[in-house]
Amino acid sequence: MAYIDYYKILGLDKTATDAEIKKAYRKLARKYHPDVNPGDAEAEEKFKELNEANEVLSNPENRKKYDKYGKDWQHAEAYEQAEKQRSQYANAGGGRAQYSGGYDQEDFSDFFSSMFGGAGGGGGFRGGGRQAQFRGQDFNATLSLDLRDVYEKHKRTLTINGKNIRLTIPAGVENGQTIKIKGYGGEGVNGGPKGDLFLEFAINNTSAFKRDGANLYKTQPLDLYTAILGGELLVETFDGSVKLKVTPETPNGKQVKLKGKGFPVYKKEGQFGDLYITYDIQMPTNLSAREKELFQELSKIRS
Amino acid sequence: MKTTEFIEVPRLCEEYKIEHSFVTELQDKGVIEVITIEQRLFLHHDYIPVFEKVMRLYRDLHINVEGIDVILNLLDKIDDLNKQLSKTQNRLHLYE
Repeated sequence: MAYIDYYKILGLDKTATDAEIKKAYRKLARKYHPDVNPGDAEAEEKFKELNEANEVLSNPENRKKYDKYGKDWQHAEAYEQAEKQRSQYANAGGGRAQYSGGYDQEDFSDFFSSMFGGAGGGGGFRGGGRQAQFRGQDFNATLSLDLRDVYEKHKRTLTINGKNIRLTIPAGVENGQTIKIKGYGGEGVNGGPKGDLFLEFAINNTSAFKRDGANLYKTQPLDLYTAILGGELLVETFDGSVKLKVTPETPNGKQVKLKGKGFPVYKKEGQFGDLYITYDIQMPTNLSAREKELFQELSKIRS
Repeated sequence: MKTTEFIEVPRLCEEYKIEHSFVTELQDKGVIEVITIEQRLFLHHDYIPVFEKVMRLYRDLHINVEGIDVILNLLDKIDDLNKQLSKTQNRLHLYE
C-alpha cells in the first residue's frame, strides 16, 4: 500500500487555502466526472482519486491528521492510539473524526481506509450518503467472441456480477457494437426499476476474410495460366466452398462478387451480405530453360 | 400504456430529494419529457438514466439546467462520433 499525495492530485502545495482546495477540486471534477467521460476508465479512476483527495483535504480534522503524519502514515494508528489513551485519562475520550462522503467506502483507496477508516483506528468513516438512488445500477461488460461465433445466432450463458444470465447472441454482431439488455443491471431501490446491462462485443477475426458490415472480402491466389487461359477454381467461402469460373485474360486485382455469400445481416434473419473475391495472380518462379524459351517466344510474338 | 413503466413526479421528487419546480424546469427546457396521465404527471422509466445523469451533473458539478442541456447534447454527439469511429476502424482492417 503506497502513500498517496493528495496535494499533488489536486495540483496544490501544502500551503493551499480551503478556497484553493475547493476551487481545484471543482475544476478537476468538471474535467474528470464520469458522466462527461463515458466509457473512460482512466477518467473514472482519476475522479475517484479527486474525491478522495477532497474528502481528506476539505475536512479540517482529516487534513490535520494527514499533514501531521504524511509519509509516516503507517505509524499514525499507533500514535493515535497512544494519544487517545493519554487523553482518556485526562479527559472524556478520544474524538472520532466522522464525515459522510458522497461515495461508498469501496470507492476509496486502501491508504485512505487505513488512515481514516481502519478498524479500531482513530478515524471513523461513515460510508453511504450516496445520492438518493432509485433505479438500479447499469452494468457494463465486454464479451469477446470469434468471428465464427457470430456467424450464427446462438445462446450463451454469461456471469455478470455473480449471476448467470442466458442470452441469445444475434448473428452478425459487429466488433465494438454495444447492445442494451434491459433489466439485467442492478436491483432498484424502494421498488425502483432495475438497471440495464450494456454488453460490448469484441469480435476477434483470425479468418482469411476481412469484414465490412455484412460484406466479406478475400484475396484469392490465382495461377498465371488459369488467369490467362481461363478455367475453374474452387474457392473457400465462410461456410463452405464454391466453384468459380475464371474468364480468360483475367487481370490481376480483378474483383468478383459472390452474392449472398457474405456475413449474416444483423437482426435480419436469412439475409446475407456479399463476398468479394480479389484475384492475386501468382507469377511462376524457378523457370526451367524450356519455360524461359517459351516465354521468350511469346514475347517475340507480342512485340 | 402500462403505468408500471412510469414513476409519478411527486414520488420522483421524494426519491431524489428535489423540488417539483426543478422537474418542471427540466421539462420546460426540454431536458426530460414528463407526460400527463389523468391529470397526474409521470416520467417514463426510460428517462430515468438521463434524469439521474442530470441530477449528478447538477449536484456534483453545480451545473445549471441550461449547461446540463448543452452537455447532454454534446455527449450525444460524442456517442455518434464514437460509433462512426468504431465503424471506420473496422473498415480500416480491410486495408491492413
